[in-house]
Amino acid sequence: MEAHAEAHHDFEIPYTVHARPDTGLYNAKLGIWLFLASEVMLFGALFSSYILLRTSAPTWPRGWEFLNVPLATANTFILIASSVTVVLAWANLRMGNLKWGRIFIALTIACALLFLVNKGFEYHHEFVEHRLPSTNNFMALYFTMTGLHGLHVLGGVIVFLYMLFPGAKMWGTDRARYTNRIEVAGLYWHFVDLVWIFLFPSLYLM
Amino acid sequence: MTEQIIEPKALPAESHAAETHAHHGHSPEEIRKEIRVYLWVFGGLTALTALTVWACYGLKMPVHKAIAIALAIATAKGFLVAGFFMHLLSEKKLIYSILLLTVFFFAVVIWGPLHHWADMIGR
Repeated sequence: MEAHAEAHHDFEIPYTVHARPDTGLYNAKLGIWLFLASEVMLFGALFSSYILLRTSAPTWPRGWEFLNVPLATANTFILIASSVTVVLAWANLRMGNLKWGRIFIALTIACALLFLVNKGFEYHHEFVEHRLPSTNNFMALYFTMTGLHGLHVLGGVIVFLYMLFPGAKMWGTDRARYTNRIEVAGLYWHFVDLVWIFLFPSLYLM
Repeated sequence: MTEQIIEPKALPAESHAAETHAHHGHSPEEIRKEIRVYLWVFGGLTALTALTVWACYGLKMPVHKAIAIALAIATAKGFLVAGFFMHLLSEKKLIYSILLLTVFFFAVVIWGPLHHWADMIGR
C-alpha cells in the first residue's frame, strides 16, 4: 500500500500550485510566459513584413477606404470586454465562487465566438468584392495577420470550453490548480487581445 | 537527493491565494478592490478605442498624423492590458527578464525594415 502511494507520488507534477523556490512562480505560469515570448516573435515577424512592404511600396491603400471599420471597432470592444470577463472569472474563482467563475468563462467564450462571426462577415464581404489575398500586398497581409489572429481566438475558445465543462471537474479535487489554469489561459487570452489592439489600427485606421 | 515536495490537494481558496498570488490581494475585500481596478481599466480601454477611431477614421487624418496617433493610443492600450490584466506591474523578476529578452529580439525584427526604409529615403 505504502509502495503504491510512493509510486503515485512519483507521477505528481511538481509546482502546479505552489511557487518554485528558485523561480518564484508555479511552473505553468513560467511556461505560458515563455510561450507568449515565442508568440511575440511570431506576430513580430508579421508586423516586420508589414512595415517592409508598406515602406517599400510607392502607394499603400488606407484600410478605412474599403474595410468595415464599424464592425472592426465593435470587434475591438468585444475583445476588450472578453479580457475583462476572463479576469473577473479568475477573481471569482480566487474568492471560491465557482458559479460566477464559470459564468464569466462562458461570457468570454460568447465574446470570442461573436468576434469570429463578425470576422466571418468581414471576410465574406471581402470575397464578394473580389478582394482576395492575391489581390495586393495589403490584402495578403490583411488575411494573413487577421487569419492567424483568428486562429488564436479559436484556440482560446477550445481551451475555455474545456475549462468550462470537463476541466471544471478539477474544482472538486484541486481548486487551487484549476484557478491557476484559468489564470494561465487568461494570460494567453490577454495576449490575443493585445495583438488585436495593434492589428486594428495597423490594418484599418492608418 | 532533493526532497520532492508534494502539494496538498483541494486547498481552500484563501490559502491558495496566499500561496500563489503573494503579489495580489488575497482577501475577498482586496479581490473586490482589484475588480474595481479591472472595471476602470475596461473604461479606459473603451474610451481610448473610441478616441482612436474618432481621430483616425472620423476626422480622416493625413496618413502621418494617423500613424502617430493610432500607434500612441495602441501603446497606451497595450500598457493597460499588459500592466493590469496581465499583472505586469507587479510580476516576478524572472518574467521581466524573459520579456526584456523578447523586447530586444522584437526590436531587432522591427529595426530591420525601418533601417531599410531610412536607407531608401537617404538615397
